[in-house]
Amino acid sequence: FLGAGGGNDIQWCFSQVKGAVDDDVAEADIISTVEFNHSGELLATGDKGGRVVIFQQEQENKTQSHSRGEYNVYSTFQSHEPEFDYLKSLEIEEKINKIRWLPQKNAAQFLLSTNDKTIKLWKISERDKRPEGYNLKEEDGRYRDPTTVTTLRVPVFRPMDLMVEASPRRIFANAHTYHINSISINSDYETYLSADDLRINLWHLEITDRSFNIVDIKPANMEELTEVITAAEFHPNSCSTFVYSSSKGTIRLCDMRASALCDRHSKLFEEPEDPSNRSFFSEIISSISDVKFSHSGRYMMTRDYLSVKIWDLNMENRPVETYQVHEYLRSKLCSLYENDCIFDKFECCWNGLDIVMTGSYNNFFRMFDRNTKRDITLEASRENNKPRTVLKPRKVCASGKRKKDEISVDSLDFNKKILHTAWHPKENIIAVATTNNLYIFQDKMN
Amino acid sequence: MFVRGLKRKCFDGEEDIEGTLAGIKAIPSYNLQRQSLLDMSLVKLQLCHMLVEPNLCRSVLIANTVRQIQEEMTQDGTWQMINTQSTGQASLDRLVSTDILCRSSREQAEGKHVPGYGTFNKDFEGDQGQDSSETMSTASSVQAPRNLPSNVWEMENPQENKGNFQKSLDQIFETLENKSPNSVEDLFSEVDNSYYDLDTMLTGMMSNTKMGHCDGLETFSSPTNTASNSNCKSDLNELDHIVEILVES
Repeated sequence: FLGAGGGNDIQWCFSQVKGAVDDDVAEADIISTVEFNHSGELLATGDKGGRVVIFQQEQENKTQSHSRGEYNVYSTFQSHEPEFDYLKSLEIEEKINKIRWLPQKNAAQFLLSTNDKTIKLWKISERDKRPEGYNLKEEDGRYRDPTTVTTLRVPVFRPMDLMVEASPRRIFANAHTYHINSISINSDYETYLSADDLRINLWHLEITDRSFNIVDIKPANMEELTEVITAAEFHPNSCSTFVYSSSKGTIRLCDMRASALCDRHSKLFEEPEDPSNRSFFSEIISSISDVKFSHSGRYMMTRDYLSVKIWDLNMENRPVETYQVHEYLRSKLCSLYENDCIFDKFECCWNGLDIVMTGSYNNFFRMFDRNTKRDITLEASRENNKPRTVLKPRKVCASGKRKKDEISVDSLDFNKKILHTAWHPKENIIAVATTNNLYIFQDKMN
Repeated sequence: MFVRGLKRKCFDGEEDIEGTLAGIKAIPSYNLQRQSLLDMSLVKLQLCHMLVEPNLCRSVLIANTVRQIQEEMTQDGTWQMINTQSTGQASLDRLVSTDILCRSSREQAEGKHVPGYGTFNKDFEGDQGQDSSETMSTASSVQAPRNLPSNVWEMENPQENKGNFQKSLDQIFETLENKSPNSVEDLFSEVDNSYYDLDTMLTGMMSNTKMGHCDGLETFSSPTNTASNSNCKSDLNELDHIVEILVES
């Protein structure tokens, strides 16, 4: 773990990259979510075409102690298809907005995947044996003539090539009028929540025809709508507690024991606005795009357009730490508003306790160490292709004379955004998604 | 979805101006910048309407920005100034086109089964009854900030005189629908030619009390301008005029 080794910074090395090499990005290949499972052995991605691709880590090779197992494709399946809502004359996109893994209980793996309207529970199971020696059927499946059956035998299992099958076990549909932005599995592992722009619903994993509405911020008069829900997550340990963030930069913590409809928050986290930084874009950049609890549940992290904030659940009036992701963009907000980049929703993730990571533009991503207060900017690019070569830190020159190896703000490519990142639950392995490629980086092992 | 560049009318990138031809002139005034931002936001909201599934969060944020600007402009009296400017007929027509296109999308949302546009507001949980009791703000309501959101996502509820326009709008919409996507875009590119034109559009709207159609644009009426929304006959004539324009183009 970082920090345990005397505070040495991690040295990140390129490990693998998955996805097409072309510069021409097929729309369906745009990665829309990345998530490790609870052991870290599996890494799932969802894309705009409604597909889920799961990578599996190879078992560590004892002789090759200088690298951890590589991730290879384990299963690919079409999770969601495009739909047409005839009632509203609307197309429903098949893009996978979120994937969340269930903890493993038996041989099979389960995950929840969701598009704008429908959540599905998928079972991923392995088959490496098949029965042979049926009495009534030939090996190719044709039925035998019963008159030719003179003896009886017991079919036996024989090994076969490994096949990984994904099958939808539950479909949770028709509960969201607006677009689903989050799903979060409760620590009871029996229920989960799904959040759209105005409502949050609670489901039982076994029950698909019913869900409970636990938050509803839709105003009676839609003309009065000024705020939407942007993300929601269950507390990692307390099964009756969850938080949801808003487009006005607030986070509300709710306790489901207080009432059936959690319209009144137990806590409201909001930082007072800095009057010196006020502009017409203040509200837009304060909109929270992601919220994540630390593993302990004592802290939570929020991402807004320019910064990452760490909140102590015991202190509502301001975050305990704020990290600037790309402050040099503050003077460019009008242009970013014009080209819609200001509405990009960046996610963030923890290593669990003390390092946080989030993406930026130009295929840069940033890490902040809460202990040392040091931060680093790295780039996900095919140019750093050699495994075990330490990544070179990047620097953006905000103004003035550009030093060698620095890149000026105006040269940044705003089409190359890293919105989705994930950190292995146990090891220093990270998955970083560019538009259509998935990069895997590891720390340098000695 | 990219809006035409604002080059040097924007709040930022001022350092770009220095050393260039534009830099020799004065940096645009705050008022001009603010106006440009307002125009840009309105265009974004209009473009919103034409998308298959507008992003509600984005729309809310843009609408809030517009409201902020309006409030500030009302407070420092800039709003009054805009009213005193006048404009010609041509810009009025273009304004009406914008309005009709804007409205067409909403009409579609009212329940016609035409793909390509949706409403935020049709709950299939069945509280239609409740929703229909909400009414869209009419032109007579002069609280500028309040009126705006209604045209963004409150699509369900017809204006009082909507019924009269229904037929003409159907025609317009079918015309639009039959066109290739390119030509629809052309219609729009005509609309957002430049921000000064949009300025003209808005000012044209202010001075014409009959233009009571589009709530969103109405919000820029000055508090003293009580736009009427009930002159159906003249509106219908204008609509026919618009249909002709669209059909010919």
